[in-house]
Amino acid sequence: MQDKKLWRQMGLTDKEYERIKEILGREPNYVELGMYGVMWSEHCSYKTSKPVLKRFPVKGPHVLQGPGENAGIVDIGNNLAVAMKIESHNHPSAIEPYQGAATGVGGIIRDIFTMGARPIALLNSLRFGELETERTRYLFEGVISGIADYGNCMGIPTVGGEVYFSDSYAENPLVNAMCVGIIKHDEITRGKAAGIGNPVMLVGARTGRDGIHGASFASEELSEDSEERRPSVQVGDPFMEKLLLEACLELMKTGAVVGIQDLGAAGLTSSSCETASRAGTGIELDVSLVPLREEGMTPYEIMLSESQERMLVIVKKGREEEVRKIFEKWDLTAVTIGRVTDDGMLRVLNGGRVEAEVPADSLAEGAPSFPKESRRPEYLDEATDLDVSCIAVPTDFNKVLLEILGSPNVASKEWVYNQYDYMVRTDTVVQPGSDAAVLRIKGTKKGIALTTDCNGRYCYLNPYTGGAIAVAEAARNLVCSGAKPLAVTDCLNFGNPEKPEIYWQFENCVDGMSKACKILETPVISGNVSFYNETKGRAVYPTPVVGMVGLIKDIEKVTTQSFKNEGDMIVLLGETREEIGGSEYLKVIHGIEKGNPPELNLELEKRVQQCCLEAINFGIINSAHDVSEGGLAVALAECCITGGLGAKIELEKKEIREDALLFGESQSRIILTLSPENHKLLEEIVSKYDVKAEVLGWVSGDSLTIDLIENQNNNRSYRKIINLKVREMEKIWRGKLECIMD
Amino acid sequence: MKFGVVVFPGSNCDVDCYNVVKNVLNKDVNYVWHKERLNDLDEYDCLILPGGFSYGDYLRPGAIARFANAMQGVIEFANKGGLVLGICNGFQVLLEAGLLPGAMQRNKNLKFRCHYSFIRVENSKLPFTLECSEGQVLKIPIAHGDGNYFVDEETLQQMKANDQIVFRYCDEDGNVTEQANPNGSIDNIAGICNKKGNVLGMMPHPERCAEDVLGSTHGKLIFDSIIKYLESRVENAR
Repeated sequence: MQDKKLWRQMGLTDKEYERIKEILGREPNYVELGMYGVMWSEHCSYKTSKPVLKRFPVKGPHVLQGPGENAGIVDIGNNLAVAMKIESHNHPSAIEPYQGAATGVGGIIRDIFTMGARPIALLNSLRFGELETERTRYLFEGVISGIADYGNCMGIPTVGGEVYFSDSYAENPLVNAMCVGIIKHDEITRGKAAGIGNPVMLVGARTGRDGIHGASFASEELSEDSEERRPSVQVGDPFMEKLLLEACLELMKTGAVVGIQDLGAAGLTSSSCETASRAGTGIELDVSLVPLREEGMTPYEIMLSESQERMLVIVKKGREEEVRKIFEKWDLTAVTIGRVTDDGMLRVLNGGRVEAEVPADSLAEGAPSFPKESRRPEYLDEATDLDVSCIAVPTDFNKVLLEILGSPNVASKEWVYNQYDYMVRTDTVVQPGSDAAVLRIKGTKKGIALTTDCNGRYCYLNPYTGGAIAVAEAARNLVCSGAKPLAVTDCLNFGNPEKPEIYWQFENCVDGMSKACKILETPVISGNVSFYNETKGRAVYPTPVVGMVGLIKDIEKVTTQSFKNEGDMIVLLGETREEIGGSEYLKVIHGIEKGNPPELNLELEKRVQQCCLEAINFGIINSAHDVSEGGLAVALAECCITGGLGAKIELEKKEIREDALLFGESQSRIILTLSPENHKLLEEIVSKYDVKAEVLGWVSGDSLTIDLIENQNNNRSYRKIINLKVREMEKIWRGKLECIMD
Repeated sequence: MKFGVVVFPGSNCDVDCYNVVKNVLNKDVNYVWHKERLNDLDEYDCLILPGGFSYGDYLRPGAIARFANAMQGVIEFANKGGLVLGICNGFQVLLEAGLLPGAMQRNKNLKFRCHYSFIRVENSKLPFTLECSEGQVLKIPIAHGDGNYFVDEETLQQMKANDQIVFRYCDEDGNVTEQANPNGSIDNIAGICNKKGNVLGMMPHPERCAEDVLGSTHGKLIFDSIIKYLESRVENAR
């Protein structure tokens, strides 16, 4: 072992190998080395990110379970709580898009029902290269059908998410899957191997040779050799998982379960050492008892297999038969493979023979962790150096608006979400396509709103502001649906953290997010870090995806973005500044991805959100839509298209460029509509929060028209700068993705 | 009056059907587990085969479910004139079990499709459609990958002659057009019944649109029809 430096093949450094020898007081054998290799991989150990993740606010009055468990849990009243988590499956999806994405969904669902929660919704946040290349279209198509087939078969609605296209993701697509579950306070189950002598059971699918060393694979850069890693990609069976889900939830109701943990990355190794480590116990298990899919598997393979749809259950002694009966009902196996011990060791037997014997917590928590060197990247100077005066203001804004509406980043994602069953379980009150998805909670008057957000380009140009905006926009989306933001789950996607510049991006994104989470009172309750999203030295845009849940007190008051009634007044909350840096407009129309992203004043953001929410709760708001990519003009167009109604807008000419007025992406803005007679009430609320509210115009007719009003020498002159039929905008916006893909 | 919802491994609209019957219609309902050998289904007045992916849709949707123990009972129940409603995967199971004619193929565009669609009621005299009117347009969701109904021309003509075409995909105004056909089904067929009219299979999901909060209540018409029929049957028996 010493000669071949075998540990390096398993992703361990020389220093880490020395540390293992110190822990064991001897050289590890092959099985042990493999176990340390996966558990100390970045993917499992968070060794590089841990010191930075500590900066997140994780506590709050509603938090029932923060980071460290399989999922975070937040209270929603009525003795009910929401469990949620988001996780990446980027590397597998780059190699095998269908299975990579499918098993990403499968894994995150298990994280939720492991807590005892019934999964009720899925979301996903996806990033691909530009759709011009055949390979990107192949990845896009494969990932979408992988997500669709798994979620649809499970009967869990996929209700929301986001898809962005940028060249920076061409070699490294990002596939982040989020699952949300509902649970009663007293039914929360945790992943602890407590109670000396309690049996340890392996339930669900049989163990095969798939996914061996998947966790290590996820902890390195992609290269031309990555294709050889195809066997590291697991294969999903949603039918099996559906049975496992029902069997596990039925089992947890019996009270026979002490602890439970799904077998995800690093399979049996991680589930056993993590449950033991959390409880301060040890586990002894016998691999010869593990039901196998194929013959001749070695202890090494069994311990490292990432075969899907399996769970480790620690059961109250004497109740094994009960467990077996329930699994038999669902045609699944449940086998006792070991027991909880008091010596803190993870001992792996093969019949009588000891194959591995290491301290459980040294595997789970012992990876040497230290912050990395961090340095401000040089590209930032050049990338943010943008002289807007050199950018010509277009003359034909109709053309510009139509082009942005047809940009895949802005265009309707119907082609995607119509492949997802987003209605099963009959809770989906607001379907995909609005600012946030909304689900009712049966048996109550309440609902929850869900969203994911992140603008990678902003994060590239200014990681701190970009990170903060991701949180602010997620919260704003929830508020627009009438929900009070409660908590965050995050998926932090970055390049190789061993590079100081990447680590700097990571730190700054986390700092920006932390600040926003503190001010908006949305603690981070779970999450995942995905590094090494990098090929041939080129990293993806820093993409810290924010998944957020909010609570709606009265489901009858849910608000959507679409214009509702002819004659409604249109009001803009917040203020438009001259900010076109990093905008979709600059990218699509001028081919420039530069400049400073819009500024974010978090105190103002909070007041805008509180103001909007109070107005909605007052019952005077007919529609609400967050202004984001594409700016005011695009947001208005979306309200028109989804409502099937036009709008007459009059904008005062301000001291800012006309393209910034229409397409700039200033933050903290929301478009509201209301009956004119309620305007006075709105003004009262607005003044209370010291927020600007400008009347933009009226919902009217079948066209979107925008007039610019100029005041010169007491003369008001009107100039029509946008005049488009809603139908014409809709055709481009709705049909674009389908046109590219079919 | 009692409903039964048959649960196969992989069924996932079973809870939705149960919820509508129990909490929206306030009627008695039981789950019927697929392993049960049902010798006596007389306690039920209507059996629902729900949507989902029974047996993972492996081999072919519905192909394995038809061999489930419970299906023998369902067939006998249907042959005795009991009401059987198959929704989505339940429809596929009814086809595979031979309770309804024809077969399902993959959707024409080979993709799963989930969205609201419009269907026109072609036969409003059935126990399942009493509360609808002939030609009425229902707004109702679909969610399937294999809803492309096919049947040979001769059988199709017989089905038409027998009034077995119950629902057809149409546009908002009730026009049966190719554009309104989401999956390539022959003749825009969305739902059919057997000759006796006591077994209905439909791809759209009535249980997903039976409450105001979900955006449409047209699906409730199907359940209301069943209840009205069953109530009148009791009346007549008296």
